[in-house]
Amino acid sequence: MKSHNSTPAGAAGPIRIVNGRIHDPANGIDGAVRDLCVESGRIVESAPVGARRIDAAGMVIMPGGVDIHCHIAGPKVNLARKLQPEDHRRDPHPGTLYTRSGTGGTVPSTFATGYRYASLGYTTAMEAAVPPIGARHTLEELHDTPVIDKGFYVLLGNNIFLQRLLKEGRRDEFRQAVAWWVNSTKAYATKLVNPGGDEPWKGKRNANVSDIDETNEVFGISPRQIIDAFVDAVHEMRLPHPPHIHCNNLGHSGNYATTLETMKTAGDRRLHIAHIQFHSYGGQPGKSPSSAAQPIVEYVNAHPNITCDVGQVMFGKSTIMTADAPLAYMLRNLKKNKWVNADTECESGCGIVPFSYQEKIYVHALQWAIGLELFLMSADPWRIILSTDHPNGGSFLSYPKLIRLLMDREFRKEEIKRVHKKAISRTVLADLDREYTLNEIAIISRAGPARALGLRNKGHLGPGADADITVYDDDADRERMFNAPRYVVKSGRVVIDDHEFREDFSGRLLHIAPEYDATIVQTVRPFFEDYYSIEFDNYAVGDSFLHDHEVIPSRPA
Amino acid sequence: MDDKVKTAETSSGHVKVVENATCTFCGCVCDDMVLTVDLDQKKITKAKNACVLGRAWFAEHVHEDNVPPALLDGQPVSVEAAIEEAARILVEARFPITYGLSDTTCEAQREAVAITDMIRGNLDTTTSVCHGPSGLAFQGIGESTMTLGEVKNRADLVIYWGGNPAESHPRHFTRYAVTPKGMFTPNGKKDRYVVLVDVRRTPSAPVADLFLQVKPGHDFELAWALRALVRGRRLDPGIEEATGIPLATLTDLAARMKSCRYGVLFFGMGLTMTRGRHFNSGAVLALATDLNEYTHFVAKPVRGHGNVTGADNVVSWQTGFPFGVNFSRGFPRFNPGEFTTVDTLSRGDADAALIVASDPAANFPKAAIEHLGRIPVISLDAKETATSRLARVAFRTATYGISVAGTVYRMDDVPITLRTAFESKLPSDEDILTALRTRIKALLLARGQAAKSRSAATRTAA
Repeated sequence: MKSHNSTPAGAAGPIRIVNGRIHDPANGIDGAVRDLCVESGRIVESAPVGARRIDAAGMVIMPGGVDIHCHIAGPKVNLARKLQPEDHRRDPHPGTLYTRSGTGGTVPSTFATGYRYASLGYTTAMEAAVPPIGARHTLEELHDTPVIDKGFYVLLGNNIFLQRLLKEGRRDEFRQAVAWWVNSTKAYATKLVNPGGDEPWKGKRNANVSDIDETNEVFGISPRQIIDAFVDAVHEMRLPHPPHIHCNNLGHSGNYATTLETMKTAGDRRLHIAHIQFHSYGGQPGKSPSSAAQPIVEYVNAHPNITCDVGQVMFGKSTIMTADAPLAYMLRNLKKNKWVNADTECESGCGIVPFSYQEKIYVHALQWAIGLELFLMSADPWRIILSTDHPNGGSFLSYPKLIRLLMDREFRKEEIKRVHKKAISRTVLADLDREYTLNEIAIISRAGPARALGLRNKGHLGPGADADITVYDDDADRERMFNAPRYVVKSGRVVIDDHEFREDFSGRLLHIAPEYDATIVQTVRPFFEDYYSIEFDNYAVGDSFLHDHEVIPSRPA
Repeated sequence: MDDKVKTAETSSGHVKVVENATCTFCGCVCDDMVLTVDLDQKKITKAKNACVLGRAWFAEHVHEDNVPPALLDGQPVSVEAAIEEAARILVEARFPITYGLSDTTCEAQREAVAITDMIRGNLDTTTSVCHGPSGLAFQGIGESTMTLGEVKNRADLVIYWGGNPAESHPRHFTRYAVTPKGMFTPNGKKDRYVVLVDVRRTPSAPVADLFLQVKPGHDFELAWALRALVRGRRLDPGIEEATGIPLATLTDLAARMKSCRYGVLFFGMGLTMTRGRHFNSGAVLALATDLNEYTHFVAKPVRGHGNVTGADNVVSWQTGFPFGVNFSRGFPRFNPGEFTTVDTLSRGDADAALIVASDPAANFPKAAIEHLGRIPVISLDAKETATSRLARVAFRTATYGISVAGTVYRMDDVPITLRTAFESKLPSDEDILTALRTRIKALLLARGQAAKSRSAATRTAA
């Protein structure tokens, strides 16, 4: 398959960035002025004579941003795009001689997605939920998502065949099958969404699972057994990223107890909790929620095996898109506006609802405040990572505003005044005076997610790292600063040069290829022949779907 | 391009069998074909598992290695010369249109959208003349839907509305929706209740447990009546006169829809291309949505062409809109009725056309075809067509799913990789479109640089 984006010649030569203040927390550099050299797409000790010199005096340099959890490509994203012409109409993204055109809104077209991430200084993003049968679709879209490096997490937490293996106690074959599935889809990590919830949704008149220990009537296992099995298998295989889990009971009052139980299930093995804000609610089920940020953040602070991303809610338009179909239906019933449900055979559910978060609505203001509480009470920024669960909590384009909320106490106080008072009074947000430093921002948006993902060449600026670099003007208005980097270097190419977009290329696909025993194929095949609607031999994704790509190795023993 | 224009094997008596091949004739995209290929004759002699349409698609495929790959004004020319002329036409046009795309691979579709974006043209697919109204209804209502395997595994109520799959999608019944035995439907057809709604008793009717003959042009009233009954509203018995179906029958059906475990509603062009159009699609989508308050219920348009669903997907991910997209302002705008091809042509707007894998000159309204005859047309097709005969530049390309690999999307958005039966000397659509895009880009960059140096000269002079 050919590359869809061409590159002007000579743009990838060596570079020396001088006089800038470097924030590279992974290498212990906190604002030191040093030269930063780039050659052949990597950070190097020194650049040859004749290297392009970029004077970054008065500027702040960070590694390129890494988004650990977003929804940018694949079947559900494209349904959400098709669903909302009104969202695109207001936000055109014009093309140039070098770049493709597109449309924005909360679910931008693929080209606009890549360019807009780059224009914030983000150079890596992970699509967080793809049913295996939709892997080809996702890979095609990611190929058309320019500039940034990217990968996706494959949905396995409601996989019927895997649940059968677990029920029969075939743990070894389970692990082999997980590895086979990851390989067959070119995924980056395993993803669980509302484990055990699909079967009651599809098979029991739109019901759901509500307790982590509730045994499924059909398959005879509980969400906890599924979670435990994935934590175990991924731990055994030493995959770069632990199971990435969207816990049961998302959005429900009192769900923090489920979240705590989910984390406890992992013991001291690694686990990543996605958009933890949506899982940090107190109160009684069915009643008005309250904040349970405190017990959640205390658990995370005390357990270094846990990483999470926040899933901050930002006021304004969003699009709910999730493999948690019962949740989307619950939200659909608030306004009975347009809604998509999409069942994927043997693998997943999906729901999509256009949404908007409003300052004056109690629940929305509470969600906003809980997200900020989690950030501000975090004791280890490496493990509580910046995300809005784009576009569920809000667009990735709101990251600069979120950064300002974290860095600027006065701005935060002004914003607090604008939102539902009772909601704020039910949280400790107004009492939290903490202000994030630039180094902490570099951790939650770069170094932390790269480390949690096991991306050893990302999120830092040491020699050998990918030359993904963002150079910002040091502006007291942090929103303005993070909205418009002066330079963005991706794989050693100056994509944004003095605020101007200069380059267009495909970026790389990041995926893993864990080893497995090939005989597992014979175990999986009969199930396919009985219950899938495509042929088993046409299921695994071939290498023709990989554009420029990199296999990320397992963690060392 | 070169690697695809290999000389095919010529060893005599050479027969090969291609398993798990895919039929791209209709939107079912069945991927369980077993093709027996005579490599000497370049002929598919047997297509096991294929339906009557699929057998015709494979068996009647005439391999034509000796036809010229490019014609300019009806005369054979080199592919390079034809690309040059096509690029010139498209770059010089003020309102170029791209149309078709539903019978080619996603790889080719992506190139076609890229070209149209670059030349700031108008982009549309055959969706605008088939399930375009369903696309519009989707934007208004949403859709509760599923992959076809869910129907096989779970559906205990299957409704077909405004379609005749027995003749248009023959394996829809046997492979996906009516007879297959699935996880929760171990007895196949015995576990399902099948309803057919149509204006006449078609060959699909014998499959149905219940056939409802709706009055032509009154599908909307029928769907709306069912919505009311599902919600427990009382209905005037006059509904029989409006729809042709007695109230008692409708009441029974509404009760059955609410009490099933997993209900499916498939709808066809009998719904989208009759009176009411997107209102009809919207009404059945809303009906399926409503039913989720009582049980699990899904709906799906039964798409026609082999990769029309891929075209919808590609155009959506690249532009944000599924069809009827215009780039003249430098970004995508969507306006069906204005930017749909029947309309752009009938109004006489377009001044050049790139037609890919489609034959509008054979099936569009007269005014549209007449305009197509007045403007330079570039066509890509695996066959000679009415469109290729009137084209200024006509490329003859290899057939997808037979000589071209690549990706197609089944009607339920499931992507499938094609396997080839034999190689063709002809280029693929993707080959031609990639070469065309490269040439157009060079022309545009040259033009951009010329404009830049002109404006620099103006500045210097000032």
